Amino acid sequence: MYQDPNIQASAELVAAARAHNITLDPPRMTAEEKEQLLRTYHPDYREDQFELLQVGPNKGEKVPKELAALLQGRSRIDPDKLDLDEPAYDVDVLVIGGGGAGTSAAIEAHQAGANVMVVTKLRMGDANTMMAEGGIQAADKPNDSPAQHYLDAYGGGHFAAQKDLLAKLVTEAPEAIRWLSDLGVEFDKAPDGTMITTHGGGTSRKRMHAAKDYSGAEIMRTLRDEALNRQIPVVDFTAAIELILDDQGRCAGAVLMNMETRELKIARAKTVILATGGAGRLHYQGFPTSNHYGATADGLVLGYRAGAKLLYPDTLQYHPTGAAFPAQIFGALVTEKVRSVGAMLINAKGEAFMNPLETRDVSAASIIRECSDRGNGVKTPAGWAVWLDTPMIELKHGAGTIEKRIPAMMRMFGKYGIDIRKEPILIYPTLHYQNGGLKISVDGQTGVENLFVAGEAVGGIHGRNRLMGNSLLDIIVFGRSAGQHAAAKAQSVTVGKLTLSHVARFHQALEEAGVDTGKISPKLLPTYNSLGKDF
Amino acid sequence: MEQMVNVFLFGKRYAVPASATIMEAMEYAGYQLVRGCGCRNGFCGACATLYRIAGDRQLHACLACSTKVEDNMYVATLPFFPLVKAVYDMEKIKPSQQIMMQLYPEIYACVGCNACTKACTQGLNVMQYIAYAQRGEYEKCAEESFDCVMCGVCSSRCPAGISHPQVAMLARRLNGKYLAPHCDHLDQRIDEINEGKFQALLSELMDNSQEEMRRLYNTRDIEK
Ligand SMILES: Cc1cc2nc3c(=O)[nH]c(=O)nc-3n(C[C@H](O)[C@H](O)[C@H](O)COP(=O)(O)OP(=O)(O)OC[C@H]3O[C@@H](n4cnc5c(N)ncnc54)[C@H](O)[C@@H]3O)c2cc1C
Ligand code: SF4
Ligand code: SF4
Ligand code: FES
Repeated sequence: MYQDPNIQASAELVAAARAHNITLDPPRMTAEEKEQLLRTYHPDYREDQFELLQVGPNKGEKVPKELAALLQGRSRIDPDKLDLDEPAYDVDVLVIGGGGAGTSAAIEAHQAGANVMVVTKLRMGDANTMMAEGGIQAADKPNDSPAQHYLDAYGGGHFAAQKDLLAKLVTEAPEAIRWLSDLGVEFDKAPDGTMITTHGGGTSRKRMHAAKDYSGAEIMRTLRDEALNRQIPVVDFTAAIELILDDQGRCAGAVLMNMETRELKIARAKTVILATGGAGRLHYQGFPTSNHYGATADGLVLGYRAGAKLLYPDTLQYHPTGAAFPAQIFGALVTEKVRSVGAMLINAKGEAFMNPLETRDVSAASIIRECSDRGNGVKTPAGWAVWLDTPMIELKHGAGTIEKRIPAMMRMFGKYGIDIRKEPILIYPTLHYQNGGLKISVDGQTGVENLFVAGEAVGGIHGRNRLMGNSLLDIIVFGRSAGQHAAAKAQSVTVGKLTLSHVARFHQALEEAGVDTGKISPKLLPTYNSLGKDF
Repeated sequence: MEQMVNVFLFGKRYAVPASATIMEAMEYAGYQLVRGCGCRNGFCGACATLYRIAGDRQLHACLACSTKVEDNMYVATLPFFPLVKAVYDMEKIKPSQQIMMQLYPEIYACVGCNACTKACTQGLNVMQYIAYAQRGEYEKCAEESFDCVMCGVCSSRCPAGISHPQVAMLARRLNGKYLAPHCDHLDQRIDEINEGKFQALLSELMDNSQEEMRRLYNTRDIEK
């Protein structure tokens, strides 16, 4: 029962129309319809929310305003004043970021015999990976193939994916699942061992593997346990705030900052893997976000300053179904799996206004249209919303389905007195994923020698839009690969003299271009304290 | 005008919006969180918190990111708890009852007080999953503990010094690796890929024109 009478009245319309709506299979949009919809309603197309970069490797290209301010911000350190000659840490492979990509990379580098260390801003596992609910794609069923997977991802990404990266992603997907399974990840399986797989937005085959709706948590805690079993050093509450190069321009370490004491330390490494994840906490265009506390695009800032190029930094993913009510979970993710298992999107009048399994960008744009020009949104304290009709799930698949398949969702709403088995829930798009990032070659290396990147900080694998389930996949495939390549490369590297001259040069370029964004970067943490003080 | 309530953060009183979570209340009061804040949505277990409502004897445990403040709530966060994590090699251990005895012998000292279950921030039957672990019933332990976010609150209350989430982690890995039914179609597909079965098809897709890819994508059949 919703307290707000308007919301409750609309919920009753939804309940009344349920028996009819459940019989519908709303048509999918044509390519032209989608194109038009995206241009008009998707946040990526709001030109005034973007800015052209004036310095650095992507000079002249557009990025979100909030990101531009950080990419063109000033360093947290004075590059001339830091003594780099006595590093506190000296390793073969330095992994920056303890999410799924970084931890997979560390495990593989360790497996290859490298002396590897992980630094991470919060604790290992305080990361977007831990929050992934829906699942991970892999074409391992007889009616499916890596080629079919490629087609879905390439089309869903608007025909813009970097082809060699995508081919690697789909080809190595089944092996990634087996690797996780052998580590002890508990995938949902039928009694005979067949993987239980479902659709996700934009898939043409049911290839979404899950561990209930704690898929990412199950993967992350297992990877973390494995890293700890291997006794890989993990330096937590420590952020990388600048990359260090050597006198030959190769990446050779990082300046680290203790997040609690602010003490600085130098890490020297033969190769470096950036695995710092996404940018949701930059709240582009004022959107709420589904991301973890540390998702502030630090890796893009560090890499960019060191000379690495970005690919598609102007493309963000707004997840169509963020929680819109109650306020305490505003922006939190309502997993796509809720739609995969049968809930439909319904407007304020009780109408099923779209096919629930369109790709994310199309779904988000369609919901924004419903809530704006079409005037079919439900008014909430924070704005507008449409319904996700969760009680349909049990009408279709029987009582108990929700508790078994999407327990995290049931718990999240249950805490605020909403029983999703009986009542529909209110949703609106939320800032979810950074489609773009640092450009890499197929071995994971950027244009800066010995600087590898893996995970959400990479751009290009998914083109301009990522399909659900392909990100958990990419952090495993490319995380492992980066670990292997970085370890192999480290064997032949002799590090030269360490330098931060690239930071000084970047500062100089900013001055010459007359750019002063007033920001220091990387941002590290969002500014939520009531005093409004940046971290 | 937003309704306000009084909360006591580490004993000091602040007036905060009644709709805030404990985490938001701390930020409203001016704290810059570093520790004790990870996912902000109930998945990572970074924000374990103990609280008591004035006048109530009962001590409660919760996750600060997903619990609303209440009037006269006394809050103490528990951003770190020293759990014991045994080190083992997954390739060498076996899902036998002995392995728990070797790695986490303290679980057999459980006195059945149920304090762990009462404290669990996820509402899990913690004492029960420890009982399953004692008996080597790893599948049941895995199922019962599946939603654990490893916040450590249960362990902070346990007179036997058990590190429950670590015990459950081991049980889940044993179950996932050794006890769950083996997936044959996965092995077959990996063999096919290693034999190069899909290489030609993939190369063809990669070489196609954009127009051809659009046509293929827009006309692909979608499994019902
Ligand atoms: C709510 C949610 C649900 C999702 N569901 C799915 C899904 O169902 N399927 C799917 O495929 N994908 C899903 N995704 C996307 C996917 O989970 C992420 O894209 C992916 O896990 C990112 O992994 P990562 O290792 O690159 O980054 P993360 O897991 O975010 O890890 C990055 C780590 O780096 C640390 N870090 C950041 N900056 C620094 C710094 N300066 N110094 C040191 N450390 C730093 C961070 O704190 C963090 O620990 C979801 C994402 C979210 C947020
Ligand atoms: S079992 Fe213990 S560690 Fe796990 S969620 Fe419950 S209280 Fe937290
Ligand atoms: S708190 Fe410890 S001793 Fe008490 S029931 Fe739980 S495991 Fe047993
Ligand atoms: S911050 Fe992750 S559970 Fe609360």
